[in-house]
This record gives sequence, structure tokens and C-alpha cells, in this order.
Amino acid sequence: MSEHEYVPKSKAGKWFNDRLPLLTLANHLTDYPTPKNLNYWWTFGGILTFCLITQIVTGLVLAMHYIAHADMAFGSVEHIMRDVNYGWLIRYIHANGASMFFLAVYIHIFRSLFYGSYKSPREIIWIIGIIIYLLMMAAAFLGYVLPWGQMSFWGATVITNLFSAIPLIGEGIVTWLWGGYSVDNPTLTRFFTLHYLIPFLILGLVVLHIWALHIPGNNNPIGIDIKKPSKDTVPFHPYIVIKDGFALLMFMIVFAFFVFYTPNILGHADNYIEANPLVTPAHIVPEWYLLPFYAILRSVPDKLLGVIAMLSAILILAALPWLDTSKIRSAVFRPLYKQFYWILVADVLILGYVGAMPAEGLYLLIARIATAYYFLHFLVVLPILGFKERTTPVPLSITEPILGGSPNLATVKNKDSFKG
Amino acid sequence: MKKFYRVLFLLILFVGFQFSSKAAEKVEYLKTDWSFKGPFGKFDRAALQRGYQVYQEVCSSCHSMKYLSYRNLVEKGGPEFSLEQAKAIAASFEVKDGPNADGEMFMRPARLSDKFVMPYENEKAAQAANGGAYPPDMTVLVKARGGGVDYIYSLLQGYEDPPVGVSLDDGVYYNKYMYGNKIKMSNQLSDGLVEYSDGTNASVEQMAKDVSTFLMWTAEPHLETRHRMGFKAIVYLIILTVLVYFSMKRIWSRVKTEV
Repeated sequence: MSEHEYVPKSKAGKWFNDRLPLLTLANHLTDYPTPKNLNYWWTFGGILTFCLITQIVTGLVLAMHYIAHADMAFGSVEHIMRDVNYGWLIRYIHANGASMFFLAVYIHIFRSLFYGSYKSPREIIWIIGIIIYLLMMAAAFLGYVLPWGQMSFWGATVITNLFSAIPLIGEGIVTWLWGGYSVDNPTLTRFFTLHYLIPFLILGLVVLHIWALHIPGNNNPIGIDIKKPSKDTVPFHPYIVIKDGFALLMFMIVFAFFVFYTPNILGHADNYIEANPLVTPAHIVPEWYLLPFYAILRSVPDKLLGVIAMLSAILILAALPWLDTSKIRSAVFRPLYKQFYWILVADVLILGYVGAMPAEGLYLLIARIATAYYFLHFLVVLPILGFKERTTPVPLSITEPILGGSPNLATVKNKDSFKG
Repeated sequence: MKKFYRVLFLLILFVGFQFSSKAAEKVEYLKTDWSFKGPFGKFDRAALQRGYQVYQEVCSSCHSMKYLSYRNLVEKGGPEFSLEQAKAIAASFEVKDGPNADGEMFMRPARLSDKFVMPYENEKAAQAANGGAYPPDMTVLVKARGGGVDYIYSLLQGYEDPPVGVSLDDGVYYNKYMYGNKIKMSNQLSDGLVEYSDGTNASVEQMAKDVSTFLMWTAEPHLETRHRMGFKAIVYLIILTVLVYFSMKRIWSRVKTEV
């Protein structure tokens, strides 16, 4: 890569670039050497950037018409849906956009888990990613409160009440969060403020996430270090740009289907009933993307321990680069890890399912087993696997096995394994 | 590719879970052919106008419609009453306005720009007049109930005598589609209750269908635009995706890797 030698062609360009090297940056971004064997699971980074920008732009417009007041919030959302030009479209994009955002982020995270993208030297990228994910959950929760429907109100009550589990100061913290003695107007106004703030924090972290990525460069499906630039890489533009664009369009078709044809299917009907502190809904459930953690929370009989379990379930991911002791990154060459990976995927899906069900009887039992397994995977299976597992030989470069020069003949024949 | 299908399978499984969890709590609702379902669905104009009549003559004595304005009755994609009809409808209601130059509040006939007049002054008044139960606002009622429009349609026809062993308090009725089967609204529809101006036979089923259609529209007034725009957007996206796919193939043909 020639970013050190890059000199703009025009005189004006050179003058400007000497003072602020934006052109060098642009040159770096277009030339950025990317492994040429990236599969479609790698396109979700671009898709997530699109999701973030969509949420910010639609959110900006919604904020122009929304009124953050306990007596008027619900009505102002109906005003957006009825009287604002294309307000229904903007709101449905924003509401379904949150679900699409999480769908994409889950694929992005599980891609990283499969190909070991969190391992050295990419730990910082991974940890920034976990912080982004945490902020996303906060933003989604805060946003769900704003329409001031029944689920908004009672969801806010349940989640803020979790802080009361903290010994001694818990009750005080809850009162402080609410700005009163129950979820009410002060809660709504501060939730609106924070909901507006967090996306910009995420945006800043995304810049850091990409910056940190551009130091070691992308991981790839066979998880080996590659020389850059080399015959193993292609420049970001046009190769990756067009591929990401293609994947993004496919994603947008799914997105459009939800927005135009089933805009309310991912939401809860109760949120079209205006918030009423005197009536509690029969079942209080969070949005689908928070269900696995909700299941973990409810599977522990003690409130404080439940909250700790739920938080640990997320924070444990930050320790993953050190919990996974295997030197081999990609699951392609880790036959045992591959099995455990799919068990983990199933485990999280099961947690999501029982999270939507009432916490009783068989559901509770399943939730407990699945919760235990979730922690077992990270705390026991991964550390041991690194020492015990017999990995298959790893090729020396991306090009080699394809051209037949790899010591590992199996990977030459089975080209499928490079596409994940 | 094998793994791709595996993930796809798991995703479908997950979505299936989601739907089945919703389906599990659902009773079998009465079925009818809604004209507004499906990607090209549109409202039946005549049904909306009849539905408005049922709402007006039956429901509106207790249920408010606070997010709807009289002007909405004229707008495209709705019942599309003529301007004169809608003005006449509005003018038949009185709204409180003011204060005037003397500082007095006064009553005047409603205009198109006014919101639907509410049957009660406030929620407490509504409860006091209905034995403690609050008749919910009907504007987004269809979206506020798990079963949606099918639920409303069924509920209106779901009144029956309570099964043996079920005792009902005064002012409580048995409805097989109501959550918990006990409802504080008595059966409102009976054959020939309203007289449709277009000559349609006002059977209970017909009225239930018409008013449910009307409530679907009040909840989703832009449904027709949404369906139309969605079709165009998705066709556009598919064409663009195909074009981008071929340019991608072409660009990547320069390197020895498949995409």
C-alpha cells in the first residue's frame, strides 16, 4: 500500500493535503488491501453502517415531530403516523430498522465467533464492538419507551427496577433514574435525551472500530495472517465496495418487506394502548433481540444474582480473546470447536425462545439448562478446547491451497471450506 | 454453501419460534376475505362507508375516535366521502370553542379540521357511565389487539350463553373470543340494526365485517399507499440487485476468486 508515498495529482490537492490529509485518508480507504477470500458473512459490517445511518436520519426526522411528554407522546406518534407527510414510512423504517440492526449485528458477532476474528491482534476491535453492542441495547430499550404505550411504560418499569437489586443504594438509584417515585414524565424526557445522544456515541465508536480494524487488516475465512498488499488481497475499491453493495441490496429487500407489508409483526400489540400506570399487561416481554438475556435474567431465582448473570452474559464476551486459548483462528480448521459453535448458536436461539414464554414449568427448566450451558461454553469448553483439540493443517496463504501448493491436500479438494 | 444453508435453517427455525409463540396464545378466529390483505390489498370503499355508519350509529355512543379528524373521511385511501357529505357529517356535531372576544367558551358546529367529537368529557366520565369499564378509544384498536382485525370481527359475533358452571356478575357478558371470556360490553349487533343506504342487507356478519374494515382503516389510514409504494420499492430493489450482481461478477472476473 502506498499511503506514505501518496501525493495528490493537482497542486491545490497537494496544498490542501499537506495541511489536512483528507485525500491521503480517502486514498487509504480505496486502496485498503482486503483478503480476496472474504465470504458474504463479511458484508455485514457495511450493512451495519447503513443501519446506523438509517436510524440516525429517520430518528432525526421523527424527533422534529415527536413530543416527549407523558400526556402527548402517544398522540404525537399517531400524529406522525397520520398527518406528517410520509411519517408512517419514516416511523416504520425506524421501528423495523432497530430489528434489522440487531439481526445484522447478531450475524456480525457470530461470524466473528466462527472465524476467530476476536483473537490477537484484533482484541481491541472486538472489545469496541462489545461496547457498541451494549450501547445499541441501551438505545433500543430507550427508544422503545418513547411511544409511551403499555409495553413502553411497563418495560421501562421492569428494567429500571433491576437496579433496585443493588444492596443498600439500589432503591435510591432507581428513584434517581426515574426522576421521581415512578416511571413518569421526567423519566420520559431523560430517556428521549439519552436516546438521541447514544447513536452519536455509537457513531464515534464505529470510527474507532474501523480504525482499529485497519491496523491489522481484516481477518478472513481461513484465519491466517496474510501479506498486504499481495496476491492474497484486493483493493477495497471496487472489489469490496461492489460486493458489500450487492449484499446490502439483498438486505434492503428483506428490510422493505417488513416495512411495507408486515410493519407491526416484530412489535407488541400492547404498545398501541396508551401507557396506563394502573393497568399491568398480562405478559411483559422485551423486543425479540433482548429475549436471550431476558431468559438468563429470569432463570436465576434471586433478583440480584439474576441481574449479575444477565450482565455477565454480555461482559463475558469482552474476555473472549483470552478465554479462547486456541492459536488457530478459523473454525474451518477446528473440527471440535465447530461442533461447539453450532451448539452455542442453538443454545442462544433456545434462550431467545424461552425468553418469550412465561417463566414457569418446563420453560423455566429449559432456560436454566441453557443459561448454564451458555456460561459453560465460555468458561470451560473454550479454555480447555484450545489445549486438547487436534486442529487440521492450516494453509500458508489464501492463494496457495487454491492453486494446489498447500501441504493440506484436503483443503485443496474441498474448496467449499474457504467460503464458509 | 453447506454452512450457509445451516444458518438459514436456524434462522427460519427462530422466526418460526417467534410466530409459533404468537400463535400459541391465539384462539381460532372467524375467517372472512378481507380486501385489504396481501401486497395489493385495498379497502372496499363501500364497506368503509357502511362501516362508518355502523361506528356512528352503534359504537360511537361509548367509544371515542380521538385521533381521527372529519377531513380524513374525504382523503384518498379512506371511505372517500364527498366533500359535501363530510362537511354535513362534521356539521352534525357540536364542539366547544373559544374563548371568544368576551372571554366566553361557546359551542359551534364541527368543521372538517376538527377531531372526532368524543362521547364523554373524559375517561372518568366514560367509566362512570359504563359501570366502571372504560370503552377503549377505537382509532388504533385493531393494532392494539393481538388478533388484529380478525379478533374484532370475531368478538362482535362471539356472544353466547355462558357454559354451565360459569357465573357472570351483573353487567358482565360471555364472549368466546374475549381474553378470559368475560366482557363488560353487551352484544351490540342484531340483524337489521342499521339501515344501509346502499341497500346492503344489514346482517350481524355484514355489520361486523364493515365496521372491522372501518377500524382497520382508522388504525392504518395509509395502508393503500404503503402497499403500492412497497411493491414499487421492492421491484426497484430487485432490478438494482440483479444489475449490481452482474457488475460485481464482471469486476471480480479480474481476480481468480469466486464471489
